[in-house]
Order: sequence, then C-alpha cells, then structure tokens
Amino acid sequence: MSFSISLTVNGAARKVAFDDPRVTLLDLLRERLDLTGAKKGCDRGQCGACTILIDGRRINSCLALALSHDGADLLTIEGLARGDALHPVQAAFIAHDSFQCGFCTPGQIMSAVGLIQEGQAGHDPERVREGMSGNLCRCGAYVDIADAVLDAQKRLTKLDRKQVA
Amino acid sequence: MNTFDYFRPTTISEAVAAAAEPGAAYLAAGTNLLDLMKGGVARPSRLVDVNHLPGLDQIEHLPAGGVRIGALVRNADLAHDPDFAQRFPAVAEALLSGASAQLRNAATVGGNLLQRTRCGYFYDTASACNKREPGAGCEARGGDTGLHAVLGWTESCIATNPSDFCVPLVALDAIVEIEGKAGRREVPLESFHRLPGDAPERDSVLEPGELIVAVRLPAEAAPFAAHARYLKVRERTSYAFAVVSAAAALRINGSAVVEARIALGGVALKPWRARAAEEMLVGERSVETAFRRAAELALADAKPSGDNNFKIVLARGIVVRALALAAAGTPERTPALPASPFAHNPGALLNV
Ligand SMILES: Cc1cc2nc3c(=O)[nH]c(=O)nc-3n(C[C@H](O)[C@H](O)[C@H](O)COP(=O)(O)OP(=O)(O)OC[C@H]3O[C@@H](n4cnc5c(N)ncnc54)[C@H](O)[C@@H]3O)c2cc1C
Ligand code: SF4
Ligand code: FES
Ligand code: FES
Repeated sequence: MSFSISLTVNGAARKVAFDDPRVTLLDLLRERLDLTGAKKGCDRGQCGACTILIDGRRINSCLALALSHDGADLLTIEGLARGDALHPVQAAFIAHDSFQCGFCTPGQIMSAVGLIQEGQAGHDPERVREGMSGNLCRCGAYVDIADAVLDAQKRLTKLDRKQVA
Repeated sequence: MNTFDYFRPTTISEAVAAAAEPGAAYLAAGTNLLDLMKGGVARPSRLVDVNHLPGLDQIEHLPAGGVRIGALVRNADLAHDPDFAQRFPAVAEALLSGASAQLRNAATVGGNLLQRTRCGYFYDTASACNKREPGAGCEARGGDTGLHAVLGWTESCIATNPSDFCVPLVALDAIVEIEGKAGRREVPLESFHRLPGDAPERDSVLEPGELIVAVRLPAEAAPFAAHARYLKVRERTSYAFAVVSAAAALRINGSAVVEARIALGGVALKPWRARAAEEMLVGERSVETAFRRAAELALADAKPSGDNNFKIVLARGIVVRALALAAAGTPERTPALPASPFAHNPGALLNV
C-alpha cells in the first residue's frame, strides 16, 4: 500500500509519500525528510526529546501518526532561526549554558517556544518548571533550562505571542 | 507494531459502522493507543481515525449551568477554557496534573476516558495478564503492586484506572454520551467503567463500534465551584501517574456542610465514588474531625491486593487533606503545581 500526505514543514509545502501506515511524524521527519533535529529518546511519550509544534502547539511527534496529520503545519528546531539570526529561545539557551550533551535540547527549545506561546506560565519560575516537565534532561541541566526560558520569555513579551514561533 | 488498515470516516455513522468490525479500534490522538501498539499490547487490524469528524470539538456551556464537552476537545483546551476552569476548577486541576503539556495538547476527552491501565504486567507482553489475554492469569499478584487496587478488585485482576480527569468528573455526576449502531444512549460515568469481576478484559460498558461523542456535567455540578479541589500523590511532583488521588467538592453554609462529593483515583479499576462518606458529611461542621470520619468511611471496604496496604493509609490522608483544602476554598487560579500535596496551600492542614 502507498500513502501520500501534504504538510507544511518549516514554512515549505511538502508532499510526502510512504508505504507503511505505522509511520509517526517523528519517523517521517527523521527518516524521510532528513530533519534529524527532533530526537527519538523513548519513542513512547515519556521524554519530550521529539517535541515539535503542530499547527502552533507543542506535541510529542513520536506518538503522532503521520496519516492522521495530513494537511498539518509543522515547525521543528530546523525552522526556528531566521537565517543566521537565532530565535530568542535558542540564543537564551546558549547564553545560559542550558545543555551539556545536547540530546534533549531541540525538544527543550521547541517545548519552551510552545510554552511561551501558550502564555499560561507568565514569569513564575514554578509554573515554567511545571510547564517544562514533559522534557527530561539526563544531564540534569534543568536549572539553566528554566533560567533560559524565563529570560527568553522576558525578551519575547514585547512581541505578539502569536509571532513567537 | 502490527500493521493495520487506516480509515478516516467523515460522519459519525460511517465511523460507528467501520469500528464495529472485529479488530477495529478508534484512533483519537493516539497517545495511549500508539504506545500500546508499539509494545504489542494492542494489535488492532484497523484504525478508525476520529480526529476529523465534524462537531465533536466544542465546549458548550449549557443555559441551566451545566457543560457539554465534545469527545475531541483536547485536554489542555478544556483545562484552559476560562469559563470551564472557573465553574469546574477541580476538573481543570485534575487535567493539569496529568501527563505533560505536550501530551495534554494532543490527548482528547474521549481518549482520556478510555485510556487503559498502567499495570506494568499488562504492558509487558512476557507477563501473564487476564486483561490482555483472558484466562492467562495475573502476574501482578505477588508482584510490584504500588499502582494497584485496594478497592473493587478480584482475584482475576487488581489493576487500577489511571485517569486523573475521571476522578472529579465522577464526583460531579458526569454523563457520557455514546453513539452506536442502535442510536444514541447516555451512561453515568460512575457506571461507564467496569470493575474486573471475572472479565477484566472489558474496561467499559461500550459495545463494539460505540463512540463517545461527548461528556456532560449537569447544572448541579456548578454550585461546588467555590470549594472544589483535586489532590494527587505520585512518585514525583509532575509527569507521573497517581499512586492515590482524591477529588473533594463541598457546598458549605456558614460552617456546615450542605452537600459533599468525594471520589478517589488510583485505588480501583474505575474512578471510585465514596457515597457513604459524602452522606455522612451532610449537616456536619466542616472541620478536620468530620473529614477524618469521612475518610474512614471512604476506605472502609479497602483491602490490600498485595504489598500495598500503605495505599489505604495514604488514601485516608489524601481524602482528609482534599476535604480540608476544598473547605479552605478554591484558589483563584489553578496552583502552579496542580494537585500537588507539596504545593504551598495557605490555611490548609499540612500535617495530615
Ligand atoms: C508518558 C505519559 C504520561 C501520562 N500521564 C498521565 C497522567 O498522569 N494522568 C492521566 O490521566 N493520564 C496520563 N497519561 C495518559 C493520557 O491522558 C492518555 O494517553 C490520553 O488521555 C489518551 O487520549 P488520546 O486522545 O491520545 O487517546 P487514544 O490513545 O487515541 O485512544 C485511547 C483509547 O480510547 C479509544 N477512544 C478514543 N476516543 C474515543 C471515542 N471518542 N469513542 C470511543 N473510543 C475512543 C481508543 O480506541 C483507545 O482505545 C499519560 C500518557 C503518557 C504517554
Ligand atoms: S492486575 Fe490486571 S492488568 Fe495487571 S497483570 Fe493482573 S490481570 Fe493484567
Ligand atoms: S521520543 Fe517522543 S517523548 Fe520520548
Ligand atoms: S543536555 Fe544532555 S540530556 Fe539534556
């Protein structure tokens, strides 16, 4: 059997054909579109390394069936910078030294972009930590991650939240 | 994962007809179903994708004061709907205490009700499990039973229902609207999930093909808004399933309890309504001694299903604390750490 779905991936329209209904969005990005920023940590919804935005919302791409998302607009870590200009969340992660091995970082950054867009956490560190709890970091960079998210959020509050991504 | 046919119906009747076929399963967000399929625990031969069915993603505030929640409303959207969170704060708090932000953005109301148990032996296809394979036995007996039942269990299965959402819903008399081949029917949430009996393979009263279309909270659920909490003990403060949880909702006049609602999570294969405890509280003063007696009643029939007697003690404490927090008043905004016993709760009993 063969399937074909249309997606917008990081702003570009893509038509993707595949032959197996079991393909998840994570597998589709990594194996068929060569976008390996989203990581496969657990493949079971437990770590957040595969976090991307679908239609502006952060989700775990490992538990999203590609076939179910025909027509969706995806944003991955590869689509965040504008040319050489890093997204404010990316810049804040560098400024705050918010990673060690970096494996969880694309998921952390996409989750932070989603969190800021949701606008529920405000500048409360406890709400930011709680809102980021779906992203595990085996290196334990949590303290610096939370600092980066709070810092980026401050810079971004001047912008319209809808334009955060 | 086994392979499957994928079908995307455009109407409810098309969906119901397709899902009534043997081997078919509905796919909502897939956050539970795909996980189970990856582990070989669920092996549907056909997925009927309900995500694109029209009209199931609305939150309708009903004129009399109730609310009707479409089966495809995402958990996060419901919890963050300002009207909903204000009128049913314990439900919003329970939703926000479940899973992670990413999962809540995807997970649907219908899928949350029908998520399967988190019994580790159910998940491990090398273990014997009556729920996965009727008649195979139950490896959880004598095993690691921290997430297992202390109420309503039988020799055939000691698993629990893992949903946080369902706990305040059952306390508030939620009703499940179901569409099937024979038309529409309604089932109170309290009788929607099945206790194991000797057929633990069936989680709910749904017949093949039946689709949840909505969950309704009646107008009578709204007057509890000023005194309603959800409290959840888990192994870490966030992103973990309940070991034990409780929803408490009160109507208070002066210091007297006019009406009480209490339900427990993590203790049985269904969200557990504690009616005897509710009745006992009516007319009592809303004080700790009364809450302790209510907690005794709520757990009166409890017995350990393994090495989990601690859950009975824990559940009593959580019922007392949830009632005390509810009596102290619903916070203006869902706490930063939803449902956490470690959150700062001014004015409440912290030593229970
Ligand atoms: C890592 C992790 C942590 C989690 N932590 C928590 C937690 O702390 N608390 C908690 O409550 N939950 C938790 N969850 C579970 C989560 O809430 C559920 O996975 C989710 O609610 C399921 O919704 P869904 O839309 O993804 O359902 P799906 O996975 O798509 O479906 C689940 C089941 O429901 C059936 N179904 C779906 N919709 C309908 C319908 N309308 N009518 C009939 N049948 C239907 C499907 O056939 C399937 O059997 C966690 C999940 C993960 C992966
Ligand atoms: S407790 Fe229930 S779900 Fe767990 S192994 Fe036993 S029969 Fe299976
Ligand atoms: S890879 Fe998706 S949550 Fe771990
Ligand atoms: S930086 Fe190594 S896992 Fe987070």
